[in-house]
Amino acid sequence: MGITKIRNILAVSLTALLLVGCASDETVDETDMGPDSGSMTTGEENMAPAEETIVQPKKPMIDSSTNRITIFDLGDAETLTGVFYFDFDQAIVKRSGHVELDKHASALMSERTLRVRLEGHADERGTREYNLALGERRANAIRAYLVAQGVSRSQIEVISYGEEKPEVMGTGESNWARNRRVEFSYR
Amino acid sequence: MVSMRLYKRVRVSLVALLLSILVPINVAVAELRIEVTKGVDDAVRVAVVPFSHKNRGRLPLDITEVIDFDLTLSGRFETLPTSQMLSLPNDSTEVFSRDWRLVKVEYLVLGYLESRGDKVQLHFELYNVFKQSVEVKQVIEGSRDELRDMAHYVSDVVFEQLTGIQGAFSTQIMYVTASGDVNVQEYRLNIADADGQRVRTILASNEPILSASWAPDGKKVAYVSFERDRRPAIYIKNLVTGARQQITDYPGLNSAPAFSPDGKQLAMVLSKDGSPDIYVLDLASRKLRRITRHYGIDTEPAWTPDGKSIVFTSDRGGKPQIYSMPLVNLKIERLTFEGDYNAKASMLADGSGLIMVHRSEGVFHIAMLDLNRGRLRVLTETSLDESPSIAPNGSMLIYATQKRGEGILAAVSIDGGVKFDLPSSEGNVREPAWSPMKRKVFTPVEG
Repeated sequence: MGITKIRNILAVSLTALLLVGCASDETVDETDMGPDSGSMTTGEENMAPAEETIVQPKKPMIDSSTNRITIFDLGDAETLTGVFYFDFDQAIVKRSGHVELDKHASALMSERTLRVRLEGHADERGTREYNLALGERRANAIRAYLVAQGVSRSQIEVISYGEEKPEVMGTGESNWARNRRVEFSYR
Repeated sequence: MVSMRLYKRVRVSLVALLLSILVPINVAVAELRIEVTKGVDDAVRVAVVPFSHKNRGRLPLDITEVIDFDLTLSGRFETLPTSQMLSLPNDSTEVFSRDWRLVKVEYLVLGYLESRGDKVQLHFELYNVFKQSVEVKQVIEGSRDELRDMAHYVSDVVFEQLTGIQGAFSTQIMYVTASGDVNVQEYRLNIADADGQRVRTILASNEPILSASWAPDGKKVAYVSFERDRRPAIYIKNLVTGARQQITDYPGLNSAPAFSPDGKQLAMVLSKDGSPDIYVLDLASRKLRRITRHYGIDTEPAWTPDGKSIVFTSDRGGKPQIYSMPLVNLKIERLTFEGDYNAKASMLADGSGLIMVHRSEGVFHIAMLDLNRGRLRVLTETSLDESPSIAPNGSMLIYATQKRGEGILAAVSIDGGVKFDLPSSEGNVREPAWSPMKRKVFTPVEG
């Protein structure tokens, strides 16, 4: 377990290093606001695709390896946060995530062929089946928010993984907080 | 764990044993070890005297070792090591009682094996040292690759004779393992003998597997797998033919399948109509009936032993609690009131109690609710306990817990007197389901 964890940390740091390397001549990333801020931007670079000139500039781009989207606003590229965190046993969309969610909503409304899968997750406490239901409730809450902004329900699929796919292994509130989440997966 | 008058810690790695039996080539799965963490205070002292083989050649399995291990892991017996035996009788006529009184042994398990062509006959006796009398004497017959089943049969007979409770050594346990890191997990659905041996993998996947449950005949299992496009679906696998059928493919949750006691219906949780509700599928006609309608979470259906009602978890009252509902009128009744989290209930075979996951002071334990007296008793001392499953003899339950950051299985007797852990050498183990049936039943060939 310990070794696995260390290996994960190493992997994450290596990835971060590589990304920093790629993005060194770009503008500096937003700071990592941590899981409780309802917004995470770890390990992201502002990716300006090489073919930008031949692609329609306003169209959101999907990164097929991370399933995140990059939007273009007045020529500035911004990869949207794909993870939103929740409080224990709660499925309330945090206010701190609204700004980022609104950007997702605009992207989905501007490009009606975009499809997103909202993947709901729970921490390890409690029973597995109940946590599946809880994960779904969280993803539904995000969907309701997006639909209220004008996104078509047909663009959104909701899936719950319950406690089966944690973002981080381990017990304790700091790990649990990162596992209670909804992830955006574009396709 | 806690200090007990009798604190036994048995750690037996049976790798050598596992290698000595005829292992099918595709089985490269790590076995579960068993560590007895608490035995009864007044364990019965038994000697399992090495069984001899009356013909030439070695048999592929040491039957005596399996029986000895079974009896030890039950927590109710203390077995005498072979090295301390003063004589090695194979039947009661060869017994000198003083040899056993000296080492304070109360009962002897004696026997020998005879090969007859492809078959092996096992002669065994249970001998009472103090009364100097034979309590059981049987002969059973099986093939050479059924030696382990024959050993478990002997353990079952001895256990029942000495405790009055049906043995569960011939049963199996199904469970899920997860290994790897957060990015690449491998999930396996395994079935092993109740002593952790003969592990076979039913399904391996890089996507989650959960909620595995047995059909009442022990020949089929239902489970949820996310293998198809990372979406959940319920499958039924026939363990005899190997055939598999996808049962559901609805949008949203496809969760918590549970066979009815007659095996004809499957209760499940679907959220296709908005929120998670309980549905019952008739397996022959494929007719799906929705039986709960509530905007809250309804999940974890379990049938009452008579097949007439379903107990389930619901947060309709604000927090998860256990409710019951007769299928005839769907009148819902709340069963649990103690604590703010009660979930995943199953009913004892006599209907007298519920086993469930119960949270008290923030810690998740397995608890039993006495339905007649309304009293709740916490059975486990570990934390993050979940997925309790009752043995078919009703005397033990197995559950999932965590130890040193790893998911392991543990078992406890319903009276709390016996406890043991089943750590696996590989990955996290979870969601145990005790088989309803014996793997193999023998009929004695002569008195």
